Amino acid sequence: MLRETVQRQNGQAAPQGVGARLPRKEDDRFMRGRGQYVADIRLAGLQDVAFVRSPLAHAHIKAIHIPERYRGSVFTAADLVGVKPIRAVSGLPGFKVSEQPVLATDKIRQVGELVAMCVAPTRAEAEDIAAAVTLDLDELPAVHDMLEARLPGAALVHDHWGDNVFLETFFEVDISSALDAPIKITREISTARQCMSPLEGRGVVASFDHRLDQLTLHTGSQMPHIVRNGLSDCLGIEQGRIRIVSPDVGGGFGHKGILLPEEVCLAWLTMRRGHPLRWIEDRREHLVASANCREHHYNITVYADRDGTLRGIDCEATVDSGAYSSYPFSACLEAAQIASILPGPYKMPAYRCRTYSVATNKCPILPYRGVARTGVCFALELMLDAIAVEAGIEPGEVRLRNLVQPEQMPFDNITNKHFDSGDYPQAMRRALDAIDIDGVRARQRKGEADGRRIGVGLAIYCEQAAHGTSVYAGWGIPMVPGHEQATARLTPDGGLELRVGVHSHGQGMETTLAQVAHEILGVDVAKVRLVHGDTAMTPYSTGTWGSRAMVMAGGAVAAACSELGERAKRIGAKLLQASEHDVVLQDGRVTSANGDVSLQEIAHTWYRRPQDLPADVDPAGLDVTGGYKPQRDSGTFSYAAHAVIVSVDPEIGKVEILDYVIVEDGGVLVNPMIVDGQIFGGLAQGIGTALYEEMPFDRAGQPLATTLADYLLPGPSEVPEPRLDHMETPSPYTQFGVKGIGEGGAIAPPAAIANAVNDALRPLGVELLHSPITPRRIVSAILAASDALRSAA
Amino acid sequence: MKSAPFSYERPTDMRGALALMAQPNASVKIMAGGQSLGPMLNLRLAAPDMIVDITALSDLKRADTDNGDLVLGACVTHADIEDGRVADVTRGAMQRVASAIAYRAVRNRGTIGGSLSHADPSADWVSAFAALGAVLTLRRATATRQIAMADFVRGALETSLHPDEMIESIRIPALSATARWGYVKSCRKPGEFAHAIGAVLIDPEAATARVVIGAIEAAPIMLADASELFGGKITGEFKQRFDARVADRLLAAAGLADAADRQIHVAILRRAVAEAAA
Repeated sequence: MLRETVQRQNGQAAPQGVGARLPRKEDDRFMRGRGQYVADIRLAGLQDVAFVRSPLAHAHIKAIHIPERYRGSVFTAADLVGVKPIRAVSGLPGFKVSEQPVLATDKIRQVGELVAMCVAPTRAEAEDIAAAVTLDLDELPAVHDMLEARLPGAALVHDHWGDNVFLETFFEVDISSALDAPIKITREISTARQCMSPLEGRGVVASFDHRLDQLTLHTGSQMPHIVRNGLSDCLGIEQGRIRIVSPDVGGGFGHKGILLPEEVCLAWLTMRRGHPLRWIEDRREHLVASANCREHHYNITVYADRDGTLRGIDCEATVDSGAYSSYPFSACLEAAQIASILPGPYKMPAYRCRTYSVATNKCPILPYRGVARTGVCFALELMLDAIAVEAGIEPGEVRLRNLVQPEQMPFDNITNKHFDSGDYPQAMRRALDAIDIDGVRARQRKGEADGRRIGVGLAIYCEQAAHGTSVYAGWGIPMVPGHEQATARLTPDGGLELRVGVHSHGQGMETTLAQVAHEILGVDVAKVRLVHGDTAMTPYSTGTWGSRAMVMAGGAVAAACSELGERAKRIGAKLLQASEHDVVLQDGRVTSANGDVSLQEIAHTWYRRPQDLPADVDPAGLDVTGGYKPQRDSGTFSYAAHAVIVSVDPEIGKVEILDYVIVEDGGVLVNPMIVDGQIFGGLAQGIGTALYEEMPFDRAGQPLATTLADYLLPGPSEVPEPRLDHMETPSPYTQFGVKGIGEGGAIAPPAAIANAVNDALRPLGVELLHSPITPRRIVSAILAASDALRSAA
Repeated sequence: MKSAPFSYERPTDMRGALALMAQPNASVKIMAGGQSLGPMLNLRLAAPDMIVDITALSDLKRADTDNGDLVLGACVTHADIEDGRVADVTRGAMQRVASAIAYRAVRNRGTIGGSLSHADPSADWVSAFAALGAVLTLRRATATRQIAMADFVRGALETSLHPDEMIESIRIPALSATARWGYVKSCRKPGEFAHAIGAVLIDPEAATARVVIGAIEAAPIMLADASELFGGKITGEFKQRFDARVADRLLAAAGLADAADRQIHVAILRRAVAEAAA
């Protein structure tokens, strides 16, 4: 059907390889509502699990009371003999280890922590049981604020640590050289805690297959092989006895890149009970107990010359890591990353950054799309605007003066990040042109008849993606990516099966990896099937995270297909009675001077008519696993400049986005239409961070936005259609020159929008430094500024 | 998020419904559209023994004009009003309010009686009917009574309803020929609960003004005689005479300690006044 569409549009076979804007193969089932997610799975004898969760943030458990009638249906930590806690240790020096019990043992450290699991034929009945279980808790003071948590005398999340700091890091290059700079600006900047909120929450269906002596866990996961590692560690059973299947997944964003205590619990219980079990996360569980992210705090000082040239940055950054270190990314990845990426795409001669990963009585922080970059971009780009104001020059000009220049590429920046390629200033200039910066300034000078104020905001970032072994070995976390592998197999009818260990949950890999295979082998993408999301059927992979899949799995598919092509050429040469050196593979056919033979005929002969092949044919066959790593594993650097025009209604604090421009360079794009979609989705999440999403906690550590009436997500009416402009600077190190692009859209919007709001309100003496920028924060800031003006006068 | 167990009845006559509600020693909740009660059940914030579904009571879907007033049964939906399936005596004012309630899916099922009984301070009808001067008829097995909308809501999620009592109908007086209507709310996104509501019904000829400041996490501020907001008297110049300081004082007296909150409410009210003047 896909092929028909393409042919109908063009009247002849359209390009299908790298660079083609093909409609997504997977959309046929998604758009008809035929995707299959964990909650769609029905197994005979399936029962539901509901969890008793802690109502308090910090408490000792004195007793768990289970009504007599429910004994046998309720399981607590006391039952989980031999099950180990989840441990995600970092090898960075000084890291303090947290052990996350899969069911709470003696102490509770967050609201929503699992205390007991309840089994019943339906979820409603399981919830009835959970409601009948009562907890006798001894409440402790909650550690609810990451800055207070660092003060002496604070309550301790993990008593034996002696403080609440998972990890402190420090990095410095010659900060003393910046101290005499004529411009010195200090700000306190922060981003709110958020929930990731994919359309599909988490879910697990666990069962045990006695024939295979194998536990099967259906779980919506970005990284099924890593879940298997973690599960094997916790349960103490060998990996061969565990199969992880991740079916269709409705958005990951990092929330599905961790090992869940719920996964361990259901795996243990299905082996004990012998029947399948299911737990499907509901929205309240998601908001209260899971998937928090983004909470950063910066005390930051920038030094610059009068012309806006950056002399240095000095920063103390704190991240609220929550109660436990999540597997596999750990509690410190976010904060430690800040130190290495805060300089952004800019040159500077001096830099100092100290970071703290702080434990609090909140759920663990997880790496959300963009990970630390969204907060870093927010802090850094707000400071660039502050320099522009102080120096009296345009914000765009300040950026152009400080960006790494194209002739400097590849460029090793002050934290030794290796920028592989690109023209950052060109992206900024294109964005300024597209947003018509001069037109905006003219409009601002005229003012608005309706009392609103217009502002323009900029942000630019570069994004390390698909970084590999050396980088993650440095972090020392439980997961270090090595060579990525893929299997390519010609079927007897000439179809192509690809098997990859990454997982596609919105990235469109069933299409893009087929395009890669088509590029190498010429097989019609309609005849390429992608097998993914199943440890029993795919090569090991750390999975889909860090914007790595297209670079890594794309490279691996290319490698496997290239070798498969060589194998096919050898067989084809025999059929053509030619030397393998005298044949070429082109458009799905092996061709010699005397004739040609299709891959389909080669496959048919190899599998079904081996009697037609000579005895000395290459025995290796048409099933190849290939491996891949880029020439350097320090990552690709995609980048983008965002420019936005907003209107602000100063009376009621309402922000409206009037125009949004994104100039993006993701290297060579395998499918530009899919990349556009990735950017739209990322922008929506970035707008959520900028204007809407916030999970506040009270002093008792209670989360306060526990339904979607309180936790606001942007919807269609809040997300404008951006104007996109692509640049295409190939990475010198990767197959086809591709770069990771999946996370970028979510990085810059909070910074760009905040800068635009500040640009609009600057004449009122307002500068907003905390996301999200809510109506109330805007109005409060305006009132505070006018009070300040009054008292000054 | 699954409800605790409850029993369910769907009576077909009012007498039967009222009898179910009058059962001793049983907590009974009425369900009409279920747009508020449904989530509360699933969150186990409400755990009644019995749900009495009143959507089979045809009397509660009536929409009659009586003596110039409009009388709407409690089970008339927001969409019935939005789509003009019921008569109108407000020159489109109610239609505009209805069309901006939550999302269409909510409006299809949600009822005016359910919304008023739930009494969420941010709900549109709580403020709009108070400004329009609506009067409710409440029924229980032993009695029927009338109560002005302004007296019905006691606080956030708190009404004058007895446990065995339900709203039967809402009587909305016709707008006079010279009456001016303004209704403005502030939401962070369309369909979201309002954070500020201003509703005004001003008749400069009659020199009367009813003003409601709603969505204040308590019963709305209701001024049946709002002349104090307009320098002591209602004239054709009411827009120019609007006194924001008085509104701010009213809000402070109602417990809104935060100046930014008050400013947003005052600004929304001023816009409602401007709409009435337009």
